[in-house]
Amino acid sequence: MMEIRTPKTHKAKRVLEKRAPKLVENGKRTLILHGTKTSATLSSVLMELYRLKKGGAIKYSRRNENIRPFESGGETSLEFFSQKTDCSIFAYGSHTKKRPDNLVLGRMYDHHVYDLIEVGIENFKSLLSFSYDKKIAPHEGSKPFICFTGEGFENVPELKQLKEVLTDLFRGEVVDNLNLTGLDRAYICSAVSPTKVFLTHCAIKLKKSGTIVPRIELVEVGPSMDLVIRRNRLPNEGLRKEAMKSSKDKPKKKVKNVDQDDVLGKRGRIFIPEQEVGKTPLPDKSKGVKRERREGKLKKKNKEEGSASKKHKKSE
Amino acid sequence: MDMETDQIYQIDVGNLLAFNPNHRFSSAPSSREELVKECVTEGTKLVQAIADTLFNLPSTETNDGPLVQLPPPSTKLPREKHLPRPKPPTKWEEFALKKGIQKRKKDKIVYDETTDKFKRRHGYDRVNDDNDIPIIEAKASDEPGEDPFAKRLDDKKKRVGKQEKNRLENLKSAAKAGALPSHVQLAVTGLPISGTKAQPKKIGKEALGDVAGLAATSTASGGKFDKKLPGEKPPKKQGKHHKYLPVVPRYGWVDEEKEQTNKVLGKLLSKHSHEILNVGKAINMYNDKKEKKKSGRSDKLKAKKDITKKKPYANKAN
Repeated sequence: MMEIRTPKTHKAKRVLEKRAPKLVENGKRTLILHGTKTSATLSSVLMELYRLKKGGAIKYSRRNENIRPFESGGETSLEFFSQKTDCSIFAYGSHTKKRPDNLVLGRMYDHHVYDLIEVGIENFKSLLSFSYDKKIAPHEGSKPFICFTGEGFENVPELKQLKEVLTDLFRGEVVDNLNLTGLDRAYICSAVSPTKVFLTHCAIKLKKSGTIVPRIELVEVGPSMDLVIRRNRLPNEGLRKEAMKSSKDKPKKKVKNVDQDDVLGKRGRIFIPEQEVGKTPLPDKSKGVKRERREGKLKKKNKEEGSASKKHKKSE
Repeated sequence: MDMETDQIYQIDVGNLLAFNPNHRFSSAPSSREELVKECVTEGTKLVQAIADTLFNLPSTETNDGPLVQLPPPSTKLPREKHLPRPKPPTKWEEFALKKGIQKRKKDKIVYDETTDKFKRRHGYDRVNDDNDIPIIEAKASDEPGEDPFAKRLDDKKKRVGKQEKNRLENLKSAAKAGALPSHVQLAVTGLPISGTKAQPKKIGKEALGDVAGLAATSTASGGKFDKKLPGEKPPKKQGKHHKYLPVVPRYGWVDEEKEQTNKVLGKLLSKHSHEILNVGKAINMYNDKKEKKKSGRSDKLKAKKDITKKKPYANKAN
């Protein structure tokens, strides 16, 4: 009664392979949605969060009435969306009288809720309200610096969890190679009190200093807000242990065109494409010819002048 | 790393992350701008610390700029999905392991002896193609009426079917261990029926038309007043269904009509007849009949009575 179903197109196969569990994972994608009611500040917070994480985030615009992250039955919709969009972090905004401007940041493990942290947003300043030189505006999708200041992040367990969640949220892809010219944004999180964190987004200006290391200057560009810790839910110990497991083996990289021989040792194969001598495109020398002619002319002139001056000198 | 003894930042270069655990913000809140300024200055120090390590890493020059090799991140963050689970060995793999059979790589080009050429193993113009056999010699064990070419095709179909079944079984055991390959999905096509392996029969078009007729027999009027939808056929036996028992009993058979009346009588005259018979209702009916007979005319021809006046009844259940 069972049937084997395989994808019929290459594209579908690639999508499935991308979503499969792997040794080295892709960057976590964020799902941004809101509940029955949102306030103006909250909707702009969600919009700006989406803009900051463009390329790695999905924003739902409809309201979702049956999502209650902290209740036992209210997570089914979230898990379904996470499965459908392959998002492992979500930001759920809601506005009620009891919890105004509420943002729930949560993470998923295997498309089931792993942990949750609920923050209230105060003193929100939108990125449109900051004026700065547009040249230093950070590019979309650049890898950010993340900075945490304050002893609260070490001593208070809720702030510790928030630190981990914010790192996960802002980190983006884990890369091996980084282009140093592409570093243009930084997120600054400061624990101003055991329950409040000030978060701001800055652009980086690199200034000349005497050494190879440039002098860093930060200019506030992006949204800034105060996060007030409300509720949180830590992951179960067992689930946490399983999620933190990392495999020691590196992913097998297929080495092609190399074979090991007992007699001849390690041998490689080189493939040279067919050289069609008659058909190779010759460089277009017309411009170069012009320049060379100009330079040639200049050289000649200098030579003549030089010799003329010599002659002059000689004659003198 | 900052060289002051009190201020050692925790830097994770792989994540471009820095943490200063020693800074204390004043509990007395200065103005908002002051606080923001303080946070940004502290942030600048941290970013500078990361940049110090970053720019000192060995870099390669490319067209876009200097490229550095980042070390792996040191802060452990939870994974988003479980680690890939090892696939259980397939039935063939188990067998091969037991017997010590090694995997041998097959060549793409094979020498064909019928035509002395090198042909490919699979695909167009392949070695040992089934369609190319012109003559199959008959063996002593062959039956006279059998088509050997059809038999070959049949055998191949059976082999392929068996292979598919084995593949399904292997995938099922892999799915059980949670290690199904990412591009494969196992879909259930029918409901499991305990006991039988038969597929539930699908109702055909003609049978659907008769369903309304079947339902009509359950109504008291035999489906005469039911609303009919287009496509519904009238019931096969129209009108009410009465079962009339034969008056003259067949020889050797039980007199069914007698049995029926005996049954009713038995119930009436039994010990518990008062439970079956509604005596009050019976008396009322009897009295009514008597009244009708007395008056000689039916109630319908009488002038309309005044219903507020109560009619004196003779005797109720006495």
